[in-house]
Amino acid sequence: MAVIITEKSKVLIQGITGHQGEFHTLKMKEFGTNVVAGVTPGKGGQKVHEVPVFDSVRSAVKETGADTSGIFVPAPYVLDAAIEAMDAGIETIIIITEHVPVHDAMKIVSISSKLGVRVVGPNCPGVASPGKAKLAIIPNQIFKKGDVGVVSRSGTLTYEIVDLLTQAGIGQSTCVGIGGDRVSGTSFVDVLKLFQKDKQTKKIVLVGEIGGPAEEDAAKYISKEVTKPVSAYIAGKSAPPGKRMGHAGAIISRGSGTAEGKIKALEDAGVKVAGVTADIVNLVKRIA
Amino acid sequence: MNLLEIEGKRLFFDYGIPVPMGRLSHGEVPTDFVRYPAVVKAQVPTGGRGKAGGIRIVNDVSELERAIKEIVGSSIKGYKVWEVLVEQKIESQKELYLSITIDRSSGKPILMASAMGGMDIEGVPDEKIFKDWIDPWVGLQPFHAKNMASALELGSGTTGQFHAILQGLWKLFLDVDAELVEINPLAITSDSRLVAVDSKVVIDDDSLFRHENYKKLPGDITPLEKKARDKGIAFVQLDGNIGVIANGAGLTMATLDFLSMHGGKGGVFLDLGGTDDPEKVKEALLLMAEAKPKVVLINIFGGITKCDTVASGLLQAFQDGGLDLNIIARIKGVNEEQAVEMLKGSKIRPVISLDEAAKAAVEISSGGA
Repeated sequence: MAVIITEKSKVLIQGITGHQGEFHTLKMKEFGTNVVAGVTPGKGGQKVHEVPVFDSVRSAVKETGADTSGIFVPAPYVLDAAIEAMDAGIETIIIITEHVPVHDAMKIVSISSKLGVRVVGPNCPGVASPGKAKLAIIPNQIFKKGDVGVVSRSGTLTYEIVDLLTQAGIGQSTCVGIGGDRVSGTSFVDVLKLFQKDKQTKKIVLVGEIGGPAEEDAAKYISKEVTKPVSAYIAGKSAPPGKRMGHAGAIISRGSGTAEGKIKALEDAGVKVAGVTADIVNLVKRIA
Repeated sequence: MNLLEIEGKRLFFDYGIPVPMGRLSHGEVPTDFVRYPAVVKAQVPTGGRGKAGGIRIVNDVSELERAIKEIVGSSIKGYKVWEVLVEQKIESQKELYLSITIDRSSGKPILMASAMGGMDIEGVPDEKIFKDWIDPWVGLQPFHAKNMASALELGSGTTGQFHAILQGLWKLFLDVDAELVEINPLAITSDSRLVAVDSKVVIDDDSLFRHENYKKLPGDITPLEKKARDKGIAFVQLDGNIGVIANGAGLTMATLDFLSMHGGKGGVFLDLGGTDDPEKVKEALLLMAEAKPKVVLINIFGGITKCDTVASGLLQAFQDGGLDLNIIARIKGVNEEQAVEMLKGSKIRPVISLDEAAKAAVEISSGGA
């Protein structure tokens, strides 16, 4: 079945005429995604890679029945774009844009959870279900259809892990990049819930990193509710405390959110944890 | 970015939160508005100043003079002290803790208060910290303040002041796009006035596009880190001798884990983030060269950042910059074939597997010059 994005998703791209929006619309179409519309205010009537462009999300939804939106607009406009999508009845929103102010992210997450709208991101690489569709910026060639569900808080590290799996002949059901910001629409726990229910997914790979309580929350949930085998990798064992490693999420402050703490919590929940990325392949293989 | 105590207190004052009367000194000894005993406080963007010798109580002008002389120009936890705040010492009967920050689990602003103020909040037992969550659209409501005041067992003389302070703090939190606004301690004086004795304000770096005034503040980073930030590159300086350039924080950290597995130590990490501009890649490499690592390991998995963009930036850095660096490059993902083709015949050694690339980098770093 796969989760979040499937061949049935009718995808809309907000910011389709921008450089990134345009490039990745093409890549998504090549992957098999049903991209039905794009939105850029003031550019309605144009076409981008055969996809019709509309001035507003509401008109795009009315004309095409789009139900899923990918947001590629610059950070200062993400809040407005997400609210516009929810207002027009979009059910799933994936926010690719990075550097979204955390106050804006809190507003998006607060309203989406009240409306029952699924938001993934911000600052995420997107969601890909190999053989079906993707709404993501992850390179097409690294995927292989299969039964491993991948959920990751990191961007490019997700590519690395998926690539390793594919090279080893291990295919994926859906890969969900939930994003590395402090406030995200979809958590590890949300995705674990979906994978646990999904018939196609037989095994789960969780990719975490230092900072915040997300991996510990996931470990608690796994020990109670997840019966499918989970393997994990936590980035940042060698990272220095107190230093911000790139994006906002990955910071170890005042002794909490360390790699050691996360690894222990996951192992206590029965999760096998890899030392370096390459080890994840053996862990997944060993699970019959 | 972390504001200095004085910057935070100026904001507190603007938002109706009482602060002690004080004067700023860059080395001169203020004579007016100083009442003794007074406190001299180093203005550096870090906690734990007291233990590091950055806070001193003085009882007369000669002690004040000596304290200013010794603290201004000294170094506190790696930060040079340019200025001190001289304040009247507040005599308190009780010290509270009050803050608003972002709760990552719920994705909402969280209000925290404790009657055990004046110490590091990490050391306060969980059951002594009262918490409440505020919806970002609805905002702080009177019941939040009422419940918090009663949990703190405030008397009728201080409850009204507490409400006003909390309202000011919430408004400040919103207006400056704060990650944290914290008053610790919030003193209750012997005559039952509430005064913010310290301030901590952290502003979300991602919101600086709408806060032009804060962009100019120096912040808590090294000069090279600042130079990188101005160019939109995340840059972390440490003590190893291998430079790492990657795209994305997670991939950067995974690369470090490989280096340490092979016995190497990263020295400078540079996270390109998502970029489509060869110029930025070039700038990154030139910045890296300034940090003088023995070898640079480049690990790029292209998505938003395309591999040919990276390759062309690297080549430009060698062409225009006259660089002399050992570089091992592991470049994969979108437009990977073009990148490999472009790098043929250059000084940059391409490696496919991350494991091998890390091993090669460690070998060079531990070998001779």
